[in-house]
Amino acid sequence: MADATLDAKGLNCPLPILKARKALKDVPAGGTLEIVATDPGAVADFQAFCRQTGNELLEHSEADGVYQFLIKKTA
Amino acid sequence: MSAEEKSMSIIVTKGSLDWAYPPFILATTAAAMGLPVTMFFTFYGLPLLFKKLNLQVTAAGNPAMKMPMAGMHMGLPNLVTAIPGVDAACSVMMKNLIKKKGVASIEELREMAVEAEVRMIACQMTLDLFEYSKDDMIDGIEIGGAATYIECATQADINLFI
Repeated sequence: MADATLDAKGLNCPLPILKARKALKDVPAGGTLEIVATDPGAVADFQAFCRQTGNELLEHSEADGVYQFLIKKTA
Repeated sequence: MSAEEKSMSIIVTKGSLDWAYPPFILATTAAAMGLPVTMFFTFYGLPLLFKKLNLQVTAAGNPAMKMPMAGMHMGLPNLVTAIPGVDAACSVMMKNLIKKKGVASIEELREMAVEAEVRMIACQMTLDLFEYSKDDMIDGIEIGGAATYIECATQADINLFI
């Protein structure tokens, strides 16, 4: 179970990233944030976001057009 | 934050609804990725700092502007774009499309840029030239000139002109 969940379904670039950044602020260090989104561009963007910020993208998956991401707050 | 901190500056020169997107999208995203960001608003980009925005698009001189409509994409010949009310109608269509597709409004992105402490500089010369007042602009902005921007640009890793 993630420490926090962000529903970014229906939002387009760059809103999923901007809202994830905000949501991460409330996650304790070492905690996890789960994000669900429908923007196909979010896959490449969350990978880039995590590489740049030093947070860890633990997993990402897709089912029926809904993308799920799990980010560990390591930065 | 990443070990080596990068920073970004953007010169914002255009104030139509469509051209307002790239600078605000990039500024907010870079800020979200931990980069200090400076935006320098000059010429037609300066009105993007007004408290109240009513941004418009024009199809005139823009052959690539084609909007999805009834299963196809429709553009307008320049002659048609000159008819009064056409730009306003195009702007309403664009704003509806933006809403429908879950794209942020410029107002929303600007608010997020302010929250993310993006540094915003209004060009003093443009204020004078077009007789604008800082009082009509959002709080928290700075006033500066070319030297202010250049100083910032020499320290930034990414400098964009939009």
